Amino acid sequence: MNDMTTTTTSTRTTVLDATGVTMRFGGLTAVRSVDLQVSSGEIVGLIGPNGAGKTTFFNCLTGLYVPTEGRVSYKGTVLPPKPHLVTQAGIARTFQNIRLFSNMTVLENVLVGRHTRTKEGLWSALLRGPGFKKAEAASHERAMELLEFIGLQHKADHLARNLPYGEQRKLEIARALASEPGLLLLDEPTAGMNPQETRVTEDLVFAIRDQGIAVLVIEHDMRFIFNLSDRVACLVQGEKLVEGTAEVVQGDERVIAAYLGTPFEGAPGAEEVAEVEAAEADAHSDTSTTGSEGDAK
Amino acid sequence: MTDTASSRTTQLRVLALAGGIATVASTFLSWTYTAEFPGDLTVYGYPGGLQVLTLTAGLLIALFALSALGVKGLRWLTPTGSTKALQLFALGALATTWFTVIAIAVELGGVVNLEPGGFVAAVATVIPVVAAFLLPDDTRKATRPKELPSWAEILIIVAAFAIGLFVFTYGIDTEYAELFTGYLLTVGFAATALFRAGLIARLNGLTTKYRMIAVSAAFVAAAAFPFTQNTDQFTLIAVNILIFATVALGLNIVVGLAGLLDLGYVAFLGVGAYTAALVSGTTASVFDVHFPFWAAVLTGAVVSLIFGVLIGAPTLRLRGDYLAIVTLGFGEIFRIAVGNLDGVSGPRITNGPNGVPNIPDLNFFGYNFGESHTVLGFELGSYANYYLLMLLAMILVVIVFSRAGNSRIGRAWVAIREDETAATAMGINGFRVKLIAFALGATLAGLAGTVQAHVQHTVVPEMYVFAGPVPPNSAFLLAAVILGGMGTISGPLIGASLLYLIPAKLQFLQDYQLLGFGIALILLMRFRPEGLIANRRAQLEFHETDQLDVPDDKPGAGVSTAKAGA
Ligand SMILES: Nc1ncnc2c1ncn2[C@@H]1O[C@H](COP(=O)(O)OP(=O)(O)OP(=O)(O)O)[C@@H](O)[C@H]1O
Ligand SMILES: [Mg+2]
Repeated sequence: MNDMTTTTTSTRTTVLDATGVTMRFGGLTAVRSVDLQVSSGEIVGLIGPNGAGKTTFFNCLTGLYVPTEGRVSYKGTVLPPKPHLVTQAGIARTFQNIRLFSNMTVLENVLVGRHTRTKEGLWSALLRGPGFKKAEAASHERAMELLEFIGLQHKADHLARNLPYGEQRKLEIARALASEPGLLLLDEPTAGMNPQETRVTEDLVFAIRDQGIAVLVIEHDMRFIFNLSDRVACLVQGEKLVEGTAEVVQGDERVIAAYLGTPFEGAPGAEEVAEVEAAEADAHSDTSTTGSEGDAK
Repeated sequence: MTDTASSRTTQLRVLALAGGIATVASTFLSWTYTAEFPGDLTVYGYPGGLQVLTLTAGLLIALFALSALGVKGLRWLTPTGSTKALQLFALGALATTWFTVIAIAVELGGVVNLEPGGFVAAVATVIPVVAAFLLPDDTRKATRPKELPSWAEILIIVAAFAIGLFVFTYGIDTEYAELFTGYLLTVGFAATALFRAGLIARLNGLTTKYRMIAVSAAFVAAAAFPFTQNTDQFTLIAVNILIFATVALGLNIVVGLAGLLDLGYVAFLGVGAYTAALVSGTTASVFDVHFPFWAAVLTGAVVSLIFGVLIGAPTLRLRGDYLAIVTLGFGEIFRIAVGNLDGVSGPRITNGPNGVPNIPDLNFFGYNFGESHTVLGFELGSYANYYLLMLLAMILVVIVFSRAGNSRIGRAWVAIREDETAATAMGINGFRVKLIAFALGATLAGLAGTVQAHVQHTVVPEMYVFAGPVPPNSAFLLAAVILGGMGTISGPLIGASLLYLIPAKLQFLQDYQLLGFGIALILLMRFRPEGLIANRRAQLEFHETDQLDVPDDKPGAGVSTAKAGA
């Protein structure tokens, strides 16, 4: 991770290729001409202060928003801006504000994730032929495997809404994985988790990467993101400010300025890094500090 | 201290028992002088009419009081506690009896019309209420029931459905409004009491265990209904209930599973009925064709399907409320359009307000549905034939509902209902999946309509209104689904039965019917928003009693997702 070199290795294939993605809401440009590549087997981090446009960028990638400008392609084919087609193509995601099917069971949630990888329609459901039963059994088996993978197999029959917060986030990941994606987009997967849960999630993301799934992850927890990512991109006010390894981004003055207001004069790079790390604990309170410091400047 | 408390509890339970027995005894007395009050309550030594209901309630009180006292062999009656159940039974007896006594006094003009028996009954029913409400609450978690041999468990299921059939038949066969009101009171309180005692949950456990047997028993019980009837009078009511319930169940796919609000659903029933009527060979039809019934059913279903797709395709792309408005509009357009296709305002197809009369009776291989037949020594009237045919249609809809609901497509419907954005992000084509649900609902309604046309022998536009005094209409269909329980199978069936029977039996309510209906719905939404029958999901959705969802059986069996049926 941290010891890897700056740019993507050329032996890898590009999974996601977003070029010039721009999203305007009326007068507000939430995302401005962002380019981002993700290669297979890579974990890429996406950071930025609140309101930087990270979630909006995800929505553009997954077809929930139609980008005003720009192009998103997955493994060489341009994606249509329709969420279900994007998922079908192989990009799965989780949501910043958890969006589980709260009145379905844990298992059913994962089964819904299997939707694109199964094709039994109404007729086969009504006729219940052997093909249907086989497909259902296979889906159940796969779903249970995924629940084991995230460690929730013992809660398969619970309602999703009754899970604790951390488990809900994990369930969202399992549901996304059920669609057998080539690229997984995680929007703040550790928000609301305690440090221990965060560490478990970290291992989970590595395990997902080891299955050959590329991961693009938004996070405010800096220790988490710099541990995890092969590469980090920083979005500020809709624009991509820097992109590079953890060291490069951690040391970049503009990033620190974006998070903390102006840099402290004369402070050496290493201390600034420590500053950033100290500030990581609660990103939201960070930004309020950032705001006031920015005004004070 | 605890000793005195427990002896007091025992005393109160004995008092409740005594009250129950006194209530029973009072029904053997005469309650009034004249036979003018329906049901003849004048006879000593022989309970009649409403007294039978009081008698039943009294027996139930005594039975459950004995169970509360720990009498061996009766403890299984109260797995989750006896006090609440006793209170409800006692209230049921009180309500039924006091209703009867007051009805006698009011209808015959004064308290003088009461014989001492009436007063005895009125006092006797107060005793268990007082006793039960002084009892400490003993609600507990049900213990794992004793293992019974499977033949015994199956016998219990069969007995339960037999009792169900008996209770239902009794309700349909009530001859006068007072008796039906008393019946509603008794059954309502008794059902709630059984629920609180934990017996219903116990029975549910058994029916899930022997699913096939339970489903078969339910349909056998339903099929047995016409054999209990001597005349066609109440069978006609039963046929209409079946039609109403079947259509409500179809609507439940659209509303309960997929979460689409369809306010003009009855129009699809009308499309099916009109189609069947026009190809039935009646002289009133402009088409000079006579399709065999199977072809008429197919035609009706397909035409409904086409209308479903035509309405659904443009609107289902939009979110939420548009569908409700468009379907509401479609329902009205259908009614007005068939009212105008009379050769004057438009082309002559449907005879306008006169409708299509003289739809011939069905005839399967020489078996004429319009005539009586003797089956197994029982005389089955014309409507019994249609009842059994409609029952087949309902079985079909039940199968469609449970199979579709418990499959990839059914999960997609529920996912769309829960969170459309997340569902599409999981790869579900929202439009497509919603259109399938909508079109399937339309098709099933059309199918029911083809039978309805033959049952009624006439179709007129006024049968297919948004809201009206006679179900099925769109508002009542929706109410049956919500009242009964969204997303369940038995819910809409029970909802439809109640919503049909109450206006049919309580004719005197005519003017206040909709008012009462509205009050009932408000009360329901306040106290039991998930409907009479809750599916497991909704049960948890509305009552924050967490951990209720922890499955009772071993966690390893975590592969069953069948929650569509309750
Ligand atoms: N649908 C929308 N309509 C209008 N403005 C929007 C919309 N969605 C997002 N925005 C705006 O775009 C900007 C970027 O929002 P976005 O949610 O992408 O930020 P973010 O980087 O994910 O922030 P956070 O770290 O708080 O999640 C914000 O100013 C937000 O108000
Ligand atoms: Mg965000």
